[in-house]
Amino acid sequence: MPVVMDADRIGRTLARIAHEILERNRGVEELALIGIRTRGVPLARRLAQLVRDINKHEIPTGALDITLYRDDLMRTAVGAQPVVRRTEIPFSIDDKRILLVDDVLYTGRTIRAALDALIEFGRPKAIQLVVLVDRGHRELPIKADYVGKNLPTSPSQSVQVHLTEIDGRDEVEILEP
Amino acid sequence: MKKDLLSISDLTSDEIHLVLDTTEAMREIGQRPIKKVPTLRGKTIVNLFYEPSTRTRTSFEIAEKRLSADTLNIAVASSSVLKGETLSDTAMNIEAMSPDMIVLRHASSGAGHLLSRICRSRIINAGDGMHEHPTQALLDAFTIREHKKSIAGLKVTIVGDLLHSRVLRSNVLLLTKLGAEVWVSGPQTLVPAGIERMGVRVSTNIDLAVADADVIMMLRIQQERMHGAFFPSLREYFNVFGMTKARVERAKPDVIIMHPGPMNRGVEIASEVADGPYSVILEQVANGVAVRMAVLYLLAGGAEVD
Repeated sequence: MPVVMDADRIGRTLARIAHEILERNRGVEELALIGIRTRGVPLARRLAQLVRDINKHEIPTGALDITLYRDDLMRTAVGAQPVVRRTEIPFSIDDKRILLVDDVLYTGRTIRAALDALIEFGRPKAIQLVVLVDRGHRELPIKADYVGKNLPTSPSQSVQVHLTEIDGRDEVEILEP
Repeated sequence: MKKDLLSISDLTSDEIHLVLDTTEAMREIGQRPIKKVPTLRGKTIVNLFYEPSTRTRTSFEIAEKRLSADTLNIAVASSSVLKGETLSDTAMNIEAMSPDMIVLRHASSGAGHLLSRICRSRIINAGDGMHEHPTQALLDAFTIREHKKSIAGLKVTIVGDLLHSRVLRSNVLLLTKLGAEVWVSGPQTLVPAGIERMGVRVSTNIDLAVADADVIMMLRIQQERMHGAFFPSLREYFNVFGMTKARVERAKPDVIIMHPGPMNRGVEIASEVADGPYSVILEQVANGVAVRMAVLYLLAGGAEVD
C-alpha cells in the first residue's frame, strides 16, 4: 500500500495552493471557500487558515453535501440510500469567487453534482476547483484550477486521502484491488 | 429500511436515528432561497387521504415538492369512493398507473397493511384509525432531540384521549425504543386496556404524571371517534386533565409542551400554555416537513425488491 503523500508533503502542498489562490485572484475580498463533504471540508478550513496566516484576511468557509444531487441515486433497486449530511453555507454566494474544494478528482461526477447544488444558492461571479489529488479518468468535461498532486492511477486502484480532523492522520495512499 | 413505513415497529433504533440525522440535513433545504433539490425527480407519489387533514397532507405535499417528486392528491370527497369503491379496488386502480409511493390516511386501523400486501408501490402510513401515525412520532422525536439533545432517560408524559390516539401508540413505541421513561395519563374511560404492557407508567392522577417531566405531550380529545359518554362534560375534562399553567409548573423548569394538532383550546390545553414560552407546537409543524423529506428519501432508495 504505497503512501504517495505524507503529512509534511500535504502541508507544503496546501501552503503552495494558498499562495496560488492569492496570486491568481489578486485580492481576497470576493473569495469564499466551499468544501465538499466529507474531506473537502477540512481541506477548505485549512486553506482559509493558511490565507489568514499570509495576509490576515478571513475567507468565509462553507460545507456542501452533494448526496441529493448525485446522478447515481435510485439507479439500483438494492441497497440503502447514501447518508445525507448537512450543507452549511452561512453567507451569500452571489457575486463571490467560489473556491470549491475536494480531496480527490476522479470521474468528475461529484463536481458536476456540486455545481448543480451551488447554482441553487445564488449566482457566483466564478467557481474555481481546488483538489488535493487529481487521479485522472474523467468521464465529464471538468478540470481543476488548483491541483495538489497529479497521480497517475489505473481505474482498479483506489486513492485514499486521510486527514487528521477525520482520520487521525494526514496521508494519501493508493490501494491496490 | 423495509419497503413500507406502516408502524414505528418497522424501524430499528439505528434506523430511527438515521431518519432523525437525515432530517437535520433536510431542514437546511427549507432555509435556502430555492427550497428544492432534484432527488426524487421522475418519481410519482399519490397522497390518498380518506380522512380530513390539513397539517399532515400539506406537510407531505411540501416535502414531496421540495424533493422534486410529482405529486397528486386524492381527497375522498371528490373520488369514486363515494360511488362505493372499496379501498383495495381503489388501491389496485391507482397501482395500475404505477406510482412509486402511496401516502395513505384512513379511518380504519391496518389500512396501510392491506395496501402493503396488494401494492408494489411503497406505502407510507399517514395515520390509520386508532393504530399508528409513524411520521408524527418521528417529528416529535426530532423536536424533543433538538431541545433535550438525547431522548434516553427523559421523562415524557402523554396526557389526554389515550384510547383513540394513533399518535400515542407510535410515540410510545418510538420513545420506549430509544430509552425514555414514558408516563400516560387520562380519564380511566380513555385508558386502553393493557397499555402498561407497552412499557409505560399509567396514572389517572395528572399531577403525579407531570411531576418532574422533561416533556409533556398533549393529545386531542377526539370527539369524532367517541360513540359514548367517556366523561361528563368538556368543562369537567378541562378541570381534571386540562394542561394549565399551574400544572406545567409541576414539571421540570425547562419542560417543553407538545401537541400534534389540531388543538382544542380550553379542552385539553389552556391557551396560555399553548401560546406560552414552553410550547414547541409550531416547531413540531415546521419539523414535520423535514422529517417527511427524510422518510421519503430513505424509502425511495433500495430496500429488498420482491
